[in-house]
Amino acid sequence: MSDLKFVPGQVVDVRRAVRGGSWRVAEYRLRGMAKWWTSIVAFGLGNPVLYLISIGIGIGGLVNKAQGGHLLGGVPYLQFVAPALLASAAIQGVMDEVTFPIMEGFSWEKTFYAIHSTSVNATQLANGVMLAAFIRGAWTVLMYGGILVLFGAIPVASLLPLAAESLLAGSAWASAIAAVSANLKNDDGIFAIIGRFVIAPMFLFSGTFYPIDLMPIYLRWIGWISPLWHATQLGRDLTIKQVEPVWLILTHYVYFVVMLAVGLAIVYRAFIRRLSE
Amino acid sequence: MTEIVLSAKNLTKRYGDFAAVDGIDFEVTRGESFGILGPNGAGKSTTMKMISAVSKRTGGDLKILGKDPNLKGPEIRAHLGVVPQKDLLDRELKAWENLFVYGRYFGLPRKWLKNKVEELLAFAQLEDKRNSKVEEMSGGMQRRLAIARGLVNEPEILLLDEPTTGLDPQARHVLWDRLFRLRENGVTIILTTHYMDEAEQLCDRIVVMDAGKIMAEGSPAELIKRYASKEVLELRFGTDRNEQTAPEVAKHGARVEVLPDRVLLYTENGEAALESILAAGLKPNTSLVRRASLEDVFLRLTGRSLAD
Repeated sequence: MSDLKFVPGQVVDVRRAVRGGSWRVAEYRLRGMAKWWTSIVAFGLGNPVLYLISIGIGIGGLVNKAQGGHLLGGVPYLQFVAPALLASAAIQGVMDEVTFPIMEGFSWEKTFYAIHSTSVNATQLANGVMLAAFIRGAWTVLMYGGILVLFGAIPVASLLPLAAESLLAGSAWASAIAAVSANLKNDDGIFAIIGRFVIAPMFLFSGTFYPIDLMPIYLRWIGWISPLWHATQLGRDLTIKQVEPVWLILTHYVYFVVMLAVGLAIVYRAFIRRLSE
Repeated sequence: MTEIVLSAKNLTKRYGDFAAVDGIDFEVTRGESFGILGPNGAGKSTTMKMISAVSKRTGGDLKILGKDPNLKGPEIRAHLGVVPQKDLLDRELKAWENLFVYGRYFGLPRKWLKNKVEELLAFAQLEDKRNSKVEEMSGGMQRRLAIARGLVNEPEILLLDEPTTGLDPQARHVLWDRLFRLRENGVTIILTTHYMDEAEQLCDRIVVMDAGKIMAEGSPAELIKRYASKEVLELRFGTDRNEQTAPEVAKHGARVEVLPDRVLLYTENGEAALESILAAGLKPNTSLVRRASLEDVFLRLTGRSLAD
């Protein structure tokens, strides 16, 4: 061990230290993600390509030939399904960043406690985790959206507004799942349950592959309460010029804002409580 | 005049009806090395969490560097170095990244940190593990890395929770030497430990805790003088006979303690006491005369061994 000499308490600028903690936590999370960049890139590219070929072109070909297209208002199936696939990718992408990393931080490796022993406060720590999830979501959405453009599934002009809207849906969903993760002591298979009993039905019954109106009325509620349906509807408003009444469009946005706000409030509360125990 | 950097008055932490820390008072002055001793469950770690400005007290007053940690936690923590009991390193990151990332949390500039990281790796003798992931390092190496991490912000107060657990004897001595030098630089050190030799080596002053309360406070020498004798005669008569022989042994010294495996006789002259015990016809299987230690102080105060 070599000697270490310093004048205690001189190097940290307290005003600087107590600000910007969220960005520094996000920086840390991105560094962690960078360790898995090949998987993230491969999944980001592979997932849309596989979906577009199998569902967009394969099933789409069947739907279009069987004249199912008239139920879609004459829109090619690939273009009909594209906004839903993008919203779904956003929701899945952010979820990876607010499940196991939060469990790891609080319960498995307890690294959040080490972070909280610095000048980073609990709210900044929560914001940093959410910010990293948002960045991961943005990356996923832009990559997916770019491929949708290449496949002719969405117009180039709608890429950015569609990406922004999908990202809003992803962020709202991330805050809801983070609210669950932040309150868990142990995983106990809860994420597998969410995957099977929340994500899967949401994917199947939110008007992803067909208009929700084709479902019997007693199943439509699954779509109405699902973030994927709201995101898909907004996406179709942007890309295939589906026309919805203004009140319904506003409802979609209010739904996401409320989910985001309530989710974050629960997340902050859990982070503050657990880190100050 | 000595500057008080930490002051606790009637400091209390309750979880429901249970008081983990039950109204303790102490002060720590700048540059001092202060130890908190106690067995598991004594309230040491809860006290450390409160003076690390992370866990909020439920009663009493606490001032760290002149500020109230319930109100100014992040400002206070900017000047604290914390070495937690379980390291809490990021296992996916490399050794240097753990130091770098931690430094960033204090808002330290990247350029400055690059040099600091190398300095800290040398301090922790981990230069050749610079690019190793934490999960590839031994327990002792991880401990040294955690200690180095606690120094990245050049803290005014360094808080160490069981700092040398997991280190081999040589590494412990080297670390003690480095901590001693840090103290000479003006760093205030607060530590908890199970190890008596560590407390005696490192601490100017100690509080002994049990069941959330402070049982005694003073320098190691003062405490030994106050609560133990100069020497201790350890006698082993066999598990069955220790208890029944104790009253006879007690006649040859100031006080006796019976442990499951041995009898301790507190006396000013261990050799003389042993001679008189042998002369009285008592036949221990083994005997040992040693200097009284903080372990004896703790035994006297709580009736329990620190390892319990």
